[in-house]
Amino acid sequence: MATALKDNFESSARLSNHPDAVVVRFAGDSGDGMQLTGGQFTLSSALAGNDFSTFPDFPAEIRAPQGTTFGVSAFQVNFGSSDIETAGDQPDVLIAMNPAALKTNVGDLRPGGLVIADTGEFGQRNLAKAGYTVSPIDDNSLARWQVLAFDISALTLEAVKPFGLGNKEALRCKNMWTLGLSLWMFDRDRAPLIAWLQDKFAKNPVLADANIAALNAGHAYGETAEIGGPLRQWTVDAASVEPGYYRTITGGESLSLGLVAGARLAGLDLFLGSYPITPASPILHALARLKEFGVTSFQAEDEIAAIGAAIGASYAGQLGVTSSSGPGIALKGEAIGLAIITELPLVIVNSQRGGPSTGLPTKTEQSDLYQAIYGRNGDAPLVVLSTSSPTDCFDVAIEAVRLATQFMTPVMLLTDGYIANAAQPWLVPDMDDYEPFPVVFHTEAPAEGKFNPYQRDAETLKRVWVKPGTPGLTHRIGGIEKGFDTGNINYEAANHQKMTDTRANKILGIANHIPDQDIDQGAAGGKLVVVGWGSTYGPIRKAVEAARARGLDVSHIHIRYLWPLPKNLGDLLKSFDKILVPEMNTGQLKTVLRDQYLVDAKPLNKVSGQPFKIAEIEAAIDAELARKG
Amino acid sequence: MNDMTAIAIPDGSKPDHWATDQEVRWCPGCGDYAILKAVQRTMPEIGAKPENTVFVSGIGCSSRFPYYMETYGFHTIHGRAPTIATGIKLANPELDVWIITGDGDGLSIGGNHMLHLLRRNLDVQLLLFNNEIYGLTKGQASPTSRTGTKSPSTPFGSVDRPVNPCAFALGAGGRFIARTIDTAQKHIPTILKRAHANKGTSFVEIYQNCIVYNDDVFAAFTDKKNAANTQLWAEHGKPLLFANGTKGLRLNTATVELEVIDIIEGATEVVLIHDETNRMLAQLLIDMPFGEFPMALGVLYCDPAPSFETAVIEQNHAVAKGKKADLNALIRKGQSWTVHDAATHKM
Repeated sequence: MATALKDNFESSARLSNHPDAVVVRFAGDSGDGMQLTGGQFTLSSALAGNDFSTFPDFPAEIRAPQGTTFGVSAFQVNFGSSDIETAGDQPDVLIAMNPAALKTNVGDLRPGGLVIADTGEFGQRNLAKAGYTVSPIDDNSLARWQVLAFDISALTLEAVKPFGLGNKEALRCKNMWTLGLSLWMFDRDRAPLIAWLQDKFAKNPVLADANIAALNAGHAYGETAEIGGPLRQWTVDAASVEPGYYRTITGGESLSLGLVAGARLAGLDLFLGSYPITPASPILHALARLKEFGVTSFQAEDEIAAIGAAIGASYAGQLGVTSSSGPGIALKGEAIGLAIITELPLVIVNSQRGGPSTGLPTKTEQSDLYQAIYGRNGDAPLVVLSTSSPTDCFDVAIEAVRLATQFMTPVMLLTDGYIANAAQPWLVPDMDDYEPFPVVFHTEAPAEGKFNPYQRDAETLKRVWVKPGTPGLTHRIGGIEKGFDTGNINYEAANHQKMTDTRANKILGIANHIPDQDIDQGAAGGKLVVVGWGSTYGPIRKAVEAARARGLDVSHIHIRYLWPLPKNLGDLLKSFDKILVPEMNTGQLKTVLRDQYLVDAKPLNKVSGQPFKIAEIEAAIDAELARKG
Repeated sequence: MNDMTAIAIPDGSKPDHWATDQEVRWCPGCGDYAILKAVQRTMPEIGAKPENTVFVSGIGCSSRFPYYMETYGFHTIHGRAPTIATGIKLANPELDVWIITGDGDGLSIGGNHMLHLLRRNLDVQLLLFNNEIYGLTKGQASPTSRTGTKSPSTPFGSVDRPVNPCAFALGAGGRFIARTIDTAQKHIPTILKRAHANKGTSFVEIYQNCIVYNDDVFAAFTDKKNAANTQLWAEHGKPLLFANGTKGLRLNTATVELEVIDIIEGATEVVLIHDETNRMLAQLLIDMPFGEFPMALGVLYCDPAPSFETAVIEQNHAVAKGKKADLNALIRKGQSWTVHDAATHKM
């Protein structure tokens, strides 16, 4: 087998021994521990100094039937010595723990890439479950790739034999065996992993020892097995990165920390009202643990109660936050309107997923932009921000808190399932470098006459924030149209016009208090600009980088402030001949840009539940530049 | 407080001090006026401070209530007052929070929140104005409307069975359940004071007459002429008597049902003594079919339990105790490494 494959390997375009970057995908059954394996492999890459980006891709079912294609869980990591912005278009290495994992993932593998498969799981039953009649290892159907197929299950059982585990428990060490082999392939240090296993299984030293033995055995297998051919070592140099203190961080973690940091900078306690929903729950889980930072987390009975409680907390003087995904945000719509008309600060986090309805809970999409900007009854403007990567979430969350509290408005923060779960290395900032924006509550009773809760700052139009409990300032607010200044119920025609205009102008005026739109890459003006928002940042950046390296006249603009849009954006867009807008939806930002600026923005859309590939965007850049007109 | 402000309420305030400058816009003759008056009368009696008092409401006729109270007030959205009150109380447990709701707001669109408010036992007073009809939307049948109610949405009579608000509250785990009548001006403050004294969700159902869409629906037991025979005011530790002491309630131990007995020559030994901490008795009183039995009113159940916001805040404090809120340390947790020098990449 090895010899035949070796020939094929030599003839393919393949990795050098010393590649700039490598993409590895671990795929197996939901119960095989692929997310854990991938996460630990990522950490070893981080410790080796690589830049990296990960893409966990797991099924919606918690425990899908074993061996089925819909129960496959995968974790992809792209690591290298160069600037890594995406999890990689195509894996170079696929580790497939069963036939279903092979079947659902091998098509993505780069031609000439390496498949490592555990033949111990390729029995008739598992083959049938994956829809194979003949084992793909035997029928030459994998000829485009290098295949290294051997019985990892048996090798694992052998390695953990001394520990006397049951068969099932022993086989669960397979992922550590595979991780050991992977560590050898990329010349990684095992010591941190061994320490981690000892810590993880501190209460069960036998399991710790068995897993360590499996890890060591996998590593030793690489070192000693004389397979040759595809199984060899690669050297991936450390990336040239800014010195400093780094940690790995997922978007969910980064966003949660950013909210806490924002609340501290505002001098407020944070109240999170939330209801469990994929992929937003990690934010609830993270904040529930941070009570010493003045965080109260409240798992409500439903999405409406979650935002209702957050609004109540904001009314009472805390920073109200609610976090959900598209279907939950839809349920919150009426309450968002209440926060808008009562002009209370509120941060609404939407971890977007595929829609409509329940849609694709675990797959990523950015199709809630219309919902964010327009999706409420009445003229109901609010601020919309977006995050473009896991590490970006931290600063965007702080910015959401700043705008909510400084302008007395709800802020919708759009992130997505990909960002929430993906991890990146993060150069941890020093909080002392952040400018605080302390909230000043209104406490002064009027010398005479009644207190007007809707009195506003002349420049920003924000109303005063009064905490109940403040003597002399009792007042009533609510969802019925307010009288200008007084806040009393007012149905008069002219007043409604004035209040609607004021609410809109207050939000639009925030454009004076946010940074101008910058250009991520390329010149201001030229033949083509690629405009993105959210998690398409990585693939757009790399595609534009590659196109520019080929001498093409293309620039990249990535929009963080989606509403209000930066003041200079219109002029910037109009300085280009063509505008291309890649989005994981059917063209929502494209519509907004056309509407706001009357520009001929062209869409590039993908709604497959998977992020864009760099190559897809690069091809669209080529096509757009070649297109006449 | 600054005496110059128009809204300063002196200590020993009078009920009028609690009224706002807003014109009250309920229909003339609406039962809500009587309830508003009773609440304004209660405020001085419980020593309430306007700045520490918050009235939160949903949508409906009753939910206009906060605009008429010189306190903090939040007129929210349909059915959601309990959710907003939860956030207010968790953010500032020192505030005295009153929820004003109705049968549609509290038991239909907001039924889910009512369930969870009660089971959590948030420390609020909840006044449910039950008029068995949707008033503000012009007279449709509500979840408390009796079967057969003819309304614009049920022109041939409603066919669904109504919910009994107090039974719902008890079933949801409510720890304080009381029932009264809009016109019972003497009794309402007594019950409101008890509700206010209870730390937890105090559920008070008030039968409220909608003069326009459901007039006299409660007349069978609210009519003053017949009140003695049709109303039973339960008082803790006292026998469950009505009809000026000539009738009482007895437990039939064989069927575990209540029955009405005549009291002959003051012989009340067999009459049940009201024990407001007895959940079973509360259930029986709440479920008594009117007609065969009088309408049970007063504090039907009061068996206090720890309140939600207390538990949340205690846990917050306990977990935070001894921990330093060091944000720089927090963001440095996790899988970390240091890059010492841009020139040498390996650590």
